Amino acid sequence: MSRLEVLKTYKIFIGGKFPRTESGRYYKAVNSKGVPVANICLSSRKDVRNAVQIARKAQGPWQERSAFNRGQILYRIAEILEGRSSQFVEELMLQDYSKINATKEVEAAIDRIVYYAGWCDKFNQVSSSVNPVSSSHFNFSTNEPVGLVGLLLPESSSLLTLVSYLMPIIAGGNSCVLIASERFPLTAITFAEVLNTSDVPGGVVNILTGAVAELWSPLSTHMDVNALSVDLKSPYLKDIQLAAVENLKRVMCMHSADEQGLVNITDFQELKTTWHPIENIGGASNSY
Amino acid sequence: MSTENKNWEYADAVEGTGHIKLKEKYGLYINGEWVAPRSKTYFSSTNPHDEAHLAEVAQANKQDVDAAVIAAERAYHDVWSKITPAERGKYIFRIARLMQEQAKELAVIESLDSGKPIREARDIDIPLACNHLFYYAGWADKLDYAFPNQKKEPLGVAGQIIPWNFPLLMAAWKIAPALATGNTVVLKPAETTSLTALKLAEIIDEAGLPPGVVNIVTGFGDTGAAIVAHPKVSKVAFTGSTAVGKLIQKTIAGTDKKATLELGGKSANIIFDDAPLDQAVEGIINGIFFNQGHVCCAGSRLFVQENIADKVIRKLKHRMQSLQIGNPLDKNTDIGAINSSEQLKTINKYIDIGRKEGSECFQVDCALPNKGYYCKPTLFINVAQSSVLAQEEIFGPVLTIQTFRTIDEVIQKANNSPYGLAAGVWTDKGSKIFNLTSKLKAGVVWANTYNKFDPASPFGGYKESGFGREGGLHGLGAYLK
Amino acid sequence: MLKAYNINDLPSSPSVDKVGVEERVARFQSRSIKNQAKMQGLKMVLSMIDLTTLEGKDTPGKVRQMCFKAAHLHDAYPNLPSVAAVCVYPSMVNLAKSIVGVHGINVASVSTAFPSGQAPLEVKLADTKFAVENGADEIDMVISRGKFLGGEYAFVFDEIAAIKEVCGRSRLKVILETGELTTLDNVRKASDIAIYAGADFIKTSTGKIQPAATMQVTYTMLQAIRDYYDETGKMVGMKPAGGISNAKLALHNLVMVKEVLGQEWLNNEWFRFGASSLANDVLMQILKTDSGVYQSSNYFTLD
Repeated sequence: MSRLEVLKTYKIFIGGKFPRTESGRYYKAVNSKGVPVANICLSSRKDVRNAVQIARKAQGPWQERSAFNRGQILYRIAEILEGRSSQFVEELMLQDYSKINATKEVEAAIDRIVYYAGWCDKFNQVSSSVNPVSSSHFNFSTNEPVGLVGLLLPESSSLLTLVSYLMPIIAGGNSCVLIASERFPLTAITFAEVLNTSDVPGGVVNILTGAVAELWSPLSTHMDVNALSVDLKSPYLKDIQLAAVENLKRVMCMHSADEQGLVNITDFQELKTTWHPIENIGGASNSY
Repeated sequence: MSTENKNWEYADAVEGTGHIKLKEKYGLYINGEWVAPRSKTYFSSTNPHDEAHLAEVAQANKQDVDAAVIAAERAYHDVWSKITPAERGKYIFRIARLMQEQAKELAVIESLDSGKPIREARDIDIPLACNHLFYYAGWADKLDYAFPNQKKEPLGVAGQIIPWNFPLLMAAWKIAPALATGNTVVLKPAETTSLTALKLAEIIDEAGLPPGVVNIVTGFGDTGAAIVAHPKVSKVAFTGSTAVGKLIQKTIAGTDKKATLELGGKSANIIFDDAPLDQAVEGIINGIFFNQGHVCCAGSRLFVQENIADKVIRKLKHRMQSLQIGNPLDKNTDIGAINSSEQLKTINKYIDIGRKEGSECFQVDCALPNKGYYCKPTLFINVAQSSVLAQEEIFGPVLTIQTFRTIDEVIQKANNSPYGLAAGVWTDKGSKIFNLTSKLKAGVVWANTYNKFDPASPFGGYKESGFGREGGLHGLGAYLK
Repeated sequence: MLKAYNINDLPSSPSVDKVGVEERVARFQSRSIKNQAKMQGLKMVLSMIDLTTLEGKDTPGKVRQMCFKAAHLHDAYPNLPSVAAVCVYPSMVNLAKSIVGVHGINVASVSTAFPSGQAPLEVKLADTKFAVENGADEIDMVISRGKFLGGEYAFVFDEIAAIKEVCGRSRLKVILETGELTTLDNVRKASDIAIYAGADFIKTSTGKIQPAATMQVTYTMLQAIRDYYDETGKMVGMKPAGGISNAKLALHNLVMVKEVLGQEWLNNEWFRFGASSLANDVLMQILKTDSGVYQSSNYFTLD
């Protein structure tokens, strides 16, 4: 007797929980042959609002974690993903990947997470500076997370793209509201399950699915979002840039998921310069 | 036994103007030449101290800007991108040196044209401007060390628009990193303070910089808008108001242009009860009255711990009485003229609002010059966070004072602003300093000091105070891709 | 006489940031004092000088000559003030008083086992009493720096209060010897102790230790005087001593007094310079300002 398969319900991911969209709407994700593969939440602007609210609360504590601890948590994401790699391979194959390509993709994604896990407690050493000012002051510049980043994944999104765009944002202590690819939402939601079992505090990453045409606007006009990560080829780029002006969101563009590097982290960092007086600079000792 | 003395007042000590050389009329500096504007229009640059005419300055129109950008683009392709980085650096060193040689003249002209005290122009603006060029000159051939493994390249033509509060210093902040990284420049000074930028053009000419590498076009907002909109400009660097910064962002949306924006601020200066109080009072004074308060990072919101508020305010009022207000060219002047009649109107509008809102207002008891644009140093005491005075940038010598009780309260209030340019913290306790400096959302935090600037120190804001950094290693990044 | 305060009344002294003080001092030094302001200032400086000789080799002859100079700074130039006081060891008070008394010039005597202060309280009291009885108008005592640095603030406080009692009507200047206190925080603390213990003046140095009256130190002490005035409404005088040897530095000190304390302190009742060679440089500057001709020290008497 053949066993009836239990199908998975794909929901969105907000604050470490998996609610349905408040709108109750859904759409059918299809593969390239037009075969439906799952019902996907069609998130609304209110979902964006809820996600931003929760991401804002989560950001401060995430930033205040030690960089080493963030590194461990990112590494944990890689560990969990490795353990569930076959599930991702299958899902990617549902989305028309060949088995070889799907396997490669998952492996590359795991390695990329490990790459950024390693950066967590190092990037600030590389990108900060002690500045030799001419007065009696100690002066140094260090990075601080820009805060809450909205991430609009490209439509070509796969697991690797998601990881490549997301990891540098959270490695640097930001929280993130992520809009998954409309066409390839499955791995995004399954990846949320990985995040949720990887000690990533609830609310640091929030994942919404739905129509990008509908969701870019509430996200990029939201006055409590500090920066946006947008694909350079996004058809909404100019609109997003215009919408971002109102509170001067930093809009950063990535060219492709093949990029990895320090700049992807520092794009979402502010630089803070601190001054403090130093006594007796210039070798003077006990003379006033 | 006591000696008979009438009050001892400082006598006039006015800096001479005999040695300065100003032309009657300035054209535009395009492609290494002084050219008459195609607009055929000139405007007058005046002295805010006595409203006297100083020189005629050309008003560049769209065609003038186009000529400047084309000259810059040609210079970029034909010359500037071809010479070695080391040679590039040597040109910048040479400009820095020539500026140092003419520092006194530049200081006097800056004071005349902007209204700032000669003491500040002489001791702060001009030396910092020279040092900025000297600092970046040395970076030109060391960029690979600044950005290892990143293979950075210049952007091309940088369009740079600067404000009237630190005219020559802002020109140096813009030009130095642009040239060091291999870009060419079209720079527009503010319409009320064009003169030192034009003197800088003469120095650049004297330095033998290849024609077109730096072009200086004078004019008003429309001149700036033409630069921002020009398709051949690949980088916009702007210092000025947040409103204009947003307009620029809108203009360049959807293009490949990169931008750095140094915009407004409403920075908090926080005094704890364990602070070195007398130095803190100096910090408050420097924070808000430096350059008549025309400072984007001015410490315009003072937060004093409640248990020392009376004492600090008393000390502050006493200290304010010894500020000398008047002729900017007098070497003893601490507070000079407001830059323009428009700005004076803006400031007075806020002072009126403050009085109407009913916060306690304190102004120094002193006579102001009969002519010119002057404003008394002003305190508003017991201001509420929701007051317009505590929310909006006034850009003048007006300080709002709020009290606080706990650390968490003051962090919240300090960060409760759309701006995030700078902040000051005064306490003797190291762990408290680092708690605050890490939690304040601001690009520059001064602990037990305020309003310090240095070419090696990156400057720039969080949130609506803009993005990008100027100064230091990080200032290079804004001019590279 | 009852003590006005005891050590428990002392407010906690605010901390002092040295770099901030240096910046403030640089601002005073950038004041440009010209023309009539300069002339008025220079004459004021002359009138504020405590002309001083404090050497082991002092003799009546030396003191006599200095006292004459005090009353006749430069007779070739009319309308010059005389100095405020002469400052000598207790053994010379009688002699000094007999010469300068008629000119309205005060006699100040160092006491309390000057300059080290390393003597028991009885000796210090006797030292002081001797000077007062010999006619000293002013007593310049030293604090016990060893005790201060050892944290025995109450000892230092009580000692000053005890000396103040035997001073009677003579005004008490308390020398902190700031060069031995090593930090501006200590200078501030010692100033507060001296003021609350009853000092009429606070004074930087004995002149035997370097650094002496730097502007940073004087500024810190002026702030203590200001705060005390704001708290109590009572004025305390200030005397920088040692190291102020030229007119420019003296004028910058006056700028500092004017801006920190105000016009009320700009007279020799509330401000003094302890100096031996300052007077001649000021005289040269006065003549230069008047005539436009640079002067030579050959034309100014050394006493």
